Amino acid sequence: MPLIDSGKLVDDAWVRLGDDDALPAADVPVIVSLARFHKDRASLAGRNGGLGVWLASNQHPKDIADHLADFALVALDFPKFRDGRGFTIARELREHLGYRGVIRATGHTLPDQYLFLVRCGVTQVEIPEGRDPALWAHALTEIDTAYQVSVAGPLSMARLARHKTTEHAA
Amino acid sequence: MSPTAAARQIDPPANGLPSHAGIYHYDQVDRDFLKQRVEQFRRQVARRLAGELTEDEFKPLRLMNGLYLQLHAYMLRVAVPYGVLTSRQVRQFGRIARQYDKGFGHFTTRQNLQFNWIKLVDVPAILDLLAEVDLHAIQTSGNCIRNVTSDQFAGVASDEVVDPRHYAEVLRQWSTLHPEFSFLPRKFKIAITGSSADRAAICIHDVGLIAKRDADGNVGFEVYVGGGLGRTPFIAKKLRDWLPEDQLIAYLEAVLRVYNAYGRRDNIYKARIKILVHELGIDAFRNEVEAEFARMPVAEYRLEPTIIDGIRARFASQPYEALEPISGVLARARLEDQAFNRWVRTNVAAHRQPGYAIATITLKPAGGIPGDVSADQMDAIADLADHYSFGEIRVTHEQNLVLAHVRQDDLPALWKALSAIGFGEANSGLITDIIACPGLDYCALANARSIPLAQRISERFADLDRQHHIGELKIKISGCINACGHHHVGHIGILGVDKKGVEAYQLTLGGSAAEVGAIGDIMGPALSADETVDAIESVVGVYLEQRQDGERFLDTLARIGHTPFKDKVYASH
Ligand code: HEM
Ligand code: SF4
Repeated sequence: MPLIDSGKLVDDAWVRLGDDDALPAADVPVIVSLARFHKDRASLAGRNGGLGVWLASNQHPKDIADHLADFALVALDFPKFRDGRGFTIARELREHLGYRGVIRATGHTLPDQYLFLVRCGVTQVEIPEGRDPALWAHALTEIDTAYQVSVAGPLSMARLARHKTTEHAA
Repeated sequence: MSPTAAARQIDPPANGLPSHAGIYHYDQVDRDFLKQRVEQFRRQVARRLAGELTEDEFKPLRLMNGLYLQLHAYMLRVAVPYGVLTSRQVRQFGRIARQYDKGFGHFTTRQNLQFNWIKLVDVPAILDLLAEVDLHAIQTSGNCIRNVTSDQFAGVASDEVVDPRHYAEVLRQWSTLHPEFSFLPRKFKIAITGSSADRAAICIHDVGLIAKRDADGNVGFEVYVGGGLGRTPFIAKKLRDWLPEDQLIAYLEAVLRVYNAYGRRDNIYKARIKILVHELGIDAFRNEVEAEFARMPVAEYRLEPTIIDGIRARFASQPYEALEPISGVLARARLEDQAFNRWVRTNVAAHRQPGYAIATITLKPAGGIPGDVSADQMDAIADLADHYSFGEIRVTHEQNLVLAHVRQDDLPALWKALSAIGFGEANSGLITDIIACPGLDYCALANARSIPLAQRISERFADLDRQHHIGELKIKISGCINACGHHHVGHIGILGVDKKGVEAYQLTLGGSAAEVGAIGDIMGPALSADETVDAIESVVGVYLEQRQDGERFLDTLARIGHTPFKDKVYASH
């Protein structure tokens, strides 16, 4: 899956492990489901590559609150672009749980949602195969005014109207 | 133009907007934002036309810009923030109606304006024309926070405690392209009022707010949640009795977060917040919201008084003249002309400013289409607003318009001018002041036509003497259970149903969207259109027979119950 970070196409070093897949070499960063994380915590700990966890849109961030320090990446699934739970989950990870690692959106998203994702704290997006990455880059520049606080923006309502999104969209 | 009106006009500012209309006046940042939003949609349309977006993907994008696919064409729903417009904006509607529609527009129960015959390729150009006058179609549909609605008498009502427009504007800005709440389980409608009389129907909204003051004069809000119509109607429940002004945004964020995380996404008929509130129970729902609220960095979401002041400062005030509280001109005209007197009785309300009045323009001429206004009528109304009401026009959720600042002395002349364009009907709040959804004439979801039935009822009861004799009686018609025509809360509600492939109508009695909201009760088996008109005649007959001194229809119904009405309606069956 092509990966977008800060509007640019980047290489993806992470491997998404199925629940029954064998573990790759210890320096390969892996993303596992929450179920596998709980099942294989011992063998997943102490790998050199990073550890990431994948949350379905009905899994709640409080389920991983106690383990956040273990994860260099949290992947959030968007089963359909219309399912907007991931926006609230990302914002919650940042705002309530203070998570500072990578948040990656996976599944079905549209470039038209990219700026919203970024403003909710998402850092990377796996885009569907065959889509033009330029649309994602462009999406960050389309609208540069925001009328509300967001976790990726100025952290106060001091000016309800008009934050420049470009100041913090990277 | 009358000399007094000329004296009351001020120089328009550079952007040409009459600066005394009680709207939030945009600044350059707002205009730049809107331009970018239009460009964004222009590219989305181009991608759709080029096949880069599937219809499934394009749908929520166009809906977030107010564009529906109806039975025969696209419908564009233009936001009228809390229902207030300038004369220049109304003229622009007229221009768009002529150039891109069939010469008319339609005012809706959500205080919006709809164009019913729009081509997709024209939409970006139409949005450009709207942006020229600081208007847009942002979030007038889609599963996001919709255009916030309010009291059409905001700022002028004599019973007002807090002007809700400033808070409605706060909410408009906050909800505009909200990054977290643009893909909610379902649409989300907020209504706000600041008076003891609820003219904004807050009890049937996802969130209803009543702005009020504590003993020290501080502003706060009573918060209601989970109201709505559709196939499972609910009257909203109280969530908070007192929410301090500075916590308004933080608290609403908490409500929406709970909804976005837990609202149902498996069934669109169960996706509104009303179902979540109902399934959890209001106490458990409140606990969730309060828990989220307690975790929030509230300081970051604090709605500082300076923010509200900044927004309030961009609302023009009206340079009222110092007038005698009672106008001799008006009193004489009422004595001399019975027809005018009747119009004053139903269509004129008290203004807080001495010597002024609030005039309702009912868009319900006998036999007409509720809410429809032609381009020529729009121009004429815009002119009247310039002459008589500081260039301001308001839209009501009953599909009528309001001139909110008319000198009592000017009322006779205003009424004559309105009569000349077919909108002088003295029927506000009466049996022909009908709300009707688009129904089967336009809507792909409809079971039955709404508009022709509204027209027939309006013709049947056209006699104004009789209407005034009957008094307050609200008929609301929806073409299907989605209830866009608010039939659940009509004193007489009419619901279009499909009876083995034939259009039929089910009647309800006793609904209300006033302070004490109520869902009407179904009377009995569905009727044909002919029978429906007769049934309403029967219901009115029973009421007139049974009413005791001063009782309104709802009072009599409450006293004698539904049975006498049912018996009469179904006696001939
Ligand atoms: C013809 C195009 C229209 C379509 C396809 C449409 C569709 C719908 C649907 C599906 C619902 C039910 C939503 C739910 O309960 O979750 C609904 C409710 C509603 N719509 Fe429409 N509608 C249309 C036109 C209108 C118009 C013209 C108005 C305003 C006059 C309007 C105002 C409303 C209102 C007030 C509700 C119900 C109140 C509520 O539960 O929030 N709609 N509409
Ligand atoms: S009530 Fe039904 S028929 Fe009427 S506009 Fe709404 S969806 Fe269409």
